[in-house]
Amino acid sequence: MLDNKQNSEALSEFADKLEIEGRSLWQDARMRFMRNRAAMVSLGILVFITLLVAFGSHLSEFAFDDTDWGAMHHAPSIESGHYFGTDSLGRDMFVRTLLGGQISLLVGVMGAFVAVLIGTLYGATSGFLGGTVDRVMMRLLEILYGIPFMFFVILLVTFFGRNIFLVFVAIGAVSWLDMARIVRGQTLSLKNKEFIEAAEVCGVSKWKIITRHIVPNVLGIVAVYATLLVPQMILTESFLSFLGLGVQEPMTSWGALLQDGSQTMEIAIWQLLYPAAFMVVTLFSFNYVGDGLRDALDPKDR
Amino acid sequence: MIKFILKRMLEAIPTLLVLITITFFMMRFAPGSPFSGERSLPPEVLANIEAKYGLDKPVLEQYFSYLGSLAQGDLGPSFKYKDYTVNELVAQALPVSAKIGSIAFIFTVLMGVSVGTLAALKQNTWMDFSIMSTAMAGVVMPSFVLAPTLVYIFAIKLQWLPAGGWNGGQLQYIILPMLGMSLLYVASFARIMRGSMIEVLSSNFIRTAKAKGLPYRHIILRHALRPALLPVVSYMGPAFVGIITGSVVIETIFGLPGFGKLFVNGALNRDYSLVLGLTILIGSFTIIFNAIVDILYAFIDPKIRY
Repeated sequence: MLDNKQNSEALSEFADKLEIEGRSLWQDARMRFMRNRAAMVSLGILVFITLLVAFGSHLSEFAFDDTDWGAMHHAPSIESGHYFGTDSLGRDMFVRTLLGGQISLLVGVMGAFVAVLIGTLYGATSGFLGGTVDRVMMRLLEILYGIPFMFFVILLVTFFGRNIFLVFVAIGAVSWLDMARIVRGQTLSLKNKEFIEAAEVCGVSKWKIITRHIVPNVLGIVAVYATLLVPQMILTESFLSFLGLGVQEPMTSWGALLQDGSQTMEIAIWQLLYPAAFMVVTLFSFNYVGDGLRDALDPKDR
Repeated sequence: MIKFILKRMLEAIPTLLVLITITFFMMRFAPGSPFSGERSLPPEVLANIEAKYGLDKPVLEQYFSYLGSLAQGDLGPSFKYKDYTVNELVAQALPVSAKIGSIAFIFTVLMGVSVGTLAALKQNTWMDFSIMSTAMAGVVMPSFVLAPTLVYIFAIKLQWLPAGGWNGGQLQYIILPMLGMSLLYVASFARIMRGSMIEVLSSNFIRTAKAKGLPYRHIILRHALRPALLPVVSYMGPAFVGIITGSVVIETIFGLPGFGKLFVNGALNRDYSLVLGLTILIGSFTIIFNAIVDILYAFIDPKIRY
């Protein structure tokens, strides 16, 4: 009896210590992410670019649609106030680059959000219901994989007009396929866990189980892949804007600026250079942050 | 084997049908009509035009008649280029896109595989590092940044190559667009090839081959290359789609009279039938190509049973 008591005391003592020394999944992931120098630097750059894009236009005296016929194709200079020069209509490139960044980042995030929403629900439903439903849904996914999506997006834009809101809904609506696969895989491993069984026994409806129990548990991995989706969305939007099918004048995005810049690069290379630099750096950073998050959270890596 | 090929080819048919159905109904339910321009037409004239293109019939009837003419290879008349059928427009653009696309694709695969193999063989030397960091840059650099940069360097500054145009497809007119299309995918192929080559080189059968005293070249070419190529083959499908998609931008930048240019012009003019026809055509190419890649995979990988 005495032995037993001592044992259990020792055990609880041990458990207490464990609790102090142990780290949760998230702390562990955070530490690993912080140790990843490339990812941390990229995160810093992203924060900087976001702040600059959001508030930087106050640093300049010009508005994004101020045309100045006296200063067309003005080279970058500090004195004139055109830090990045001007474009073919004499509009300030610094302000336009930042505005383009606002649109590109917004479309990127919103597009990723739409894709995540559809993909998560589709994948969770397919994985949780299983059986014939799963087979049909996955077959449909395979069919959709075979379709060249950029053409599909251009088709959507052609039919429904060049509304920037529609553009990112369209982009998001066709980019959820990978997300659906990932979520389905996670759901399959979750659905035999005891707490799902408990919910079923309590008579919770299938839809409720998916939205209240499955989806919150896959959110971590979803967040990681969403970070990798954002740069793809930015690229897609720029692609459309480059072709003249995205945002319309006088609004702009990085893709639209690149399009203008590529036409005047013989006389005004800065019109191409600055938007290109901003975009490439942003894409780089998103990719590194996404990779870093994935490495930090991926249980296979341990 | 023949059974497997047939089965894989048959599987492509539902995919095609889904593609055609979705695009067709989207076009029919789109707001506005291709004829509602700035200048509104009198209703009688509009009705006559719609009757000419069969738009006055019930949607389902239109759908089946479209399917019927598709089965005979007829993509219908263009709504914008009044005197042309979509087939005629495609026939003009196809040779250009086919030439540049196939050259770009072959270049991509050959270049990616050899550069990746080189990096794997010289693993962790300066050569490996420089190849791989270039490849990383290639992965995030979109074609619409890369292509103008290439034009700026090689056409404007150095003046070695023309900045655009087709000119019957002479070699110097092809080089820059081809590089613009393929370099990004060369980078991806190189990364994949390097990874799989390193893995294969550390496996037991390669050690056996080395122990037998086979010459190095022989080991790489006869033993390591085939298994290392598997992930490369499975990436060929996505890369093909990427190159076709990229061609839209590349053809716009270089002013090539190909598919991509036609597609963008169709989209800008709201030429529904042209865009619909091209989407279906490009979709079919993609689907057929994916089927071919699957079959190719089965040939290379002895583990796949058919």
